[in-house]
Order: sequence, then structure tokens, then C-alpha cells
Amino acid sequence: MSEEKKIAAAELLIECRKLQATYDYLPFMTAIDYPEKNIIELVYRLQSTATNETLMLKVELPRDKAEVSSLISVWPAADWHEREVYDMFGVKFIGHPDLRRILLPPDWQGYPLLKDYTDPNMIKKPVTI
Amino acid sequence: MDVAKDLFRYLEKIPGGQLIITSTDAIFNWGRANSLWYMLFGLKCCAIEGIMAAGASRFDLDRFGMIFRASPRQSDLMIVAGTVTAKMAPRLKKLYEQMSEPRYVLAMGSCAITGGAFYYDSYSAVKGVDNLIPVDVYVPGCPPRPEAVIEGFMKLQAKIKKESILKR
Repeated sequence: MSEEKKIAAAELLIECRKLQATYDYLPFMTAIDYPEKNIIELVYRLQSTATNETLMLKVELPRDKAEVSSLISVWPAADWHEREVYDMFGVKFIGHPDLRRILLPPDWQGYPLLKDYTDPNMIKKPVTI
Repeated sequence: MDVAKDLFRYLEKIPGGQLIITSTDAIFNWGRANSLWYMLFGLKCCAIEGIMAAGASRFDLDRFGMIFRASPRQSDLMIVAGTVTAKMAPRLKKLYEQMSEPRYVLAMGSCAITGGAFYYDSYSAVKGVDNLIPVDVYVPGCPPRPEAVIEGFMKLQAKIKKESILKR
């Protein structure tokens, strides 16, 4: 079973430097948009290759100012994951050396995985009752 | 040998002479229809059915004279096998433009025809490859079985045999 831990955005980097001793591997990170709570939640999944323990880190960011420090200096694997979260949710990772779009074309406007994203090419699914 | 029989239908021998005569359309179309070299170009899961499975020994596209080519310059047929995304669209168009005439396009699977499962609420899927390039044959299915794709190739061959070099 994996543990869950909530961390404030300001303490993320300091906390992760401490956690690095136990959890040496970052297999996955992503984000979830909650427009009703006005937050974007980052989810980091940490793993220890020695003991196979896992830990789920959660960080809540305000939707209008989604900024957090990059974890590349702790786990280099965070590089592309952070670029993907930036690409899809527009979260700015401070200290990321190469923060640009990874999956979408470089001239794309907007962040498509935000719940309020709109696009002229998008066709809304009709609601059937 | 079906192919040889097919050819002799188009050729007429002058009795006692060494000449054979035929109409240019007939001989060109016969050649084109029986050497549809397709581009080794798969976008998504349809490529496994339409290009890999259909091209391998069980379904064996070689018997139609169809061999895959790794370059658009040498291929006559583009099988659009899978979802076309907004990022892939300019590349697909470029590949189509690099193919030499006569060129044909087979839209394979629901995704290539209309956008399929990604029609609604998708920010990246192109709703039908015919928005980008002209399509000759549509093969529906998700994904179509190799038999269905082969049926599509036979439909395309029938279409090619009706063409005239004056029109293209």
C-alpha cells in the first residue's frame, strides 16, 4: 500500500531533498484540475528501488497562479514529466532549464487538459438522457 | 496465372506479325492496378491490422503485387491507418505531396474517416483525413480486419482500371 502525503508548494523542494534519501526514483507525475475548488493538484509518485516502498506526494496550487519549483535537481526524471504538465495544464516550473511544449505543436494556444479549455475545432458531445 | 490471363485480355496479336496492339489506358491501368506499392506509414493501432498483418504471410499482400516502400517517392498508395492529430496533419500532407503521381489514398478505420472515437471533446484529433488530402477508398471498422482492407484494395484496383491517362 502506498502512503499519501500533502505538502505545501513552498516547501516542496526542501521536503523532496529529504525524501530523496529514501525514495530514489520518480516513476510518474501528473496534475489534476479542480475548477470548483479553484486548484490544480500535482501528484508525484515516488518509489524506492531498494525496498519497493512507494509514496504519493500531493501539492495543491492556486489555479490563477500555478507555479512551483522544479524537481529536476532532485530527480532528473522529472524533466519530461514537468514539460508535459506545463504543456497540458500550464503549470510553471521554476528552475526548469528547458520549459517548452513537449507533445503539442510549439505554436499551440492554451492548455487543453484544463476543464475550461475551449477550441473552435472541438465538438461538444451531445447529452443524451 | 491470373495476372498473365488478365494481361492477354488487353493485348491483341496481329496474325503473322511480331506486333501486339493494345490501348494505352488498358496497359497503363493494368500495370498500375497490379503494382500498388504502399508507403510504410502507420499512425496508430490500425497499422497493425492494415499494414503489418495484411502484409505478412497469412494475408499476403504480395499476391496483389503490393510491396511496402519506406519512401514516399517510391510509393503509389498511402494507407492512412489511424487517428490523424493536429500535430501530424502537416507532416501527413507533406508525405502526400512527396508521393509521385499517380497516387492513391486509402482511409482505414473510423478514426481516419471521421475522427472515430475522438470525434467529440478532442482538442487534437483531425475530424477525417479527407479534410487534408483527397481519399479514394474508405474502409470502415475499428480496426478493420485485414480481409476488409484487402477488399478495399480490390475496390481501389477496380477504380484504377476505370481511369484514363487523359484525365489524371
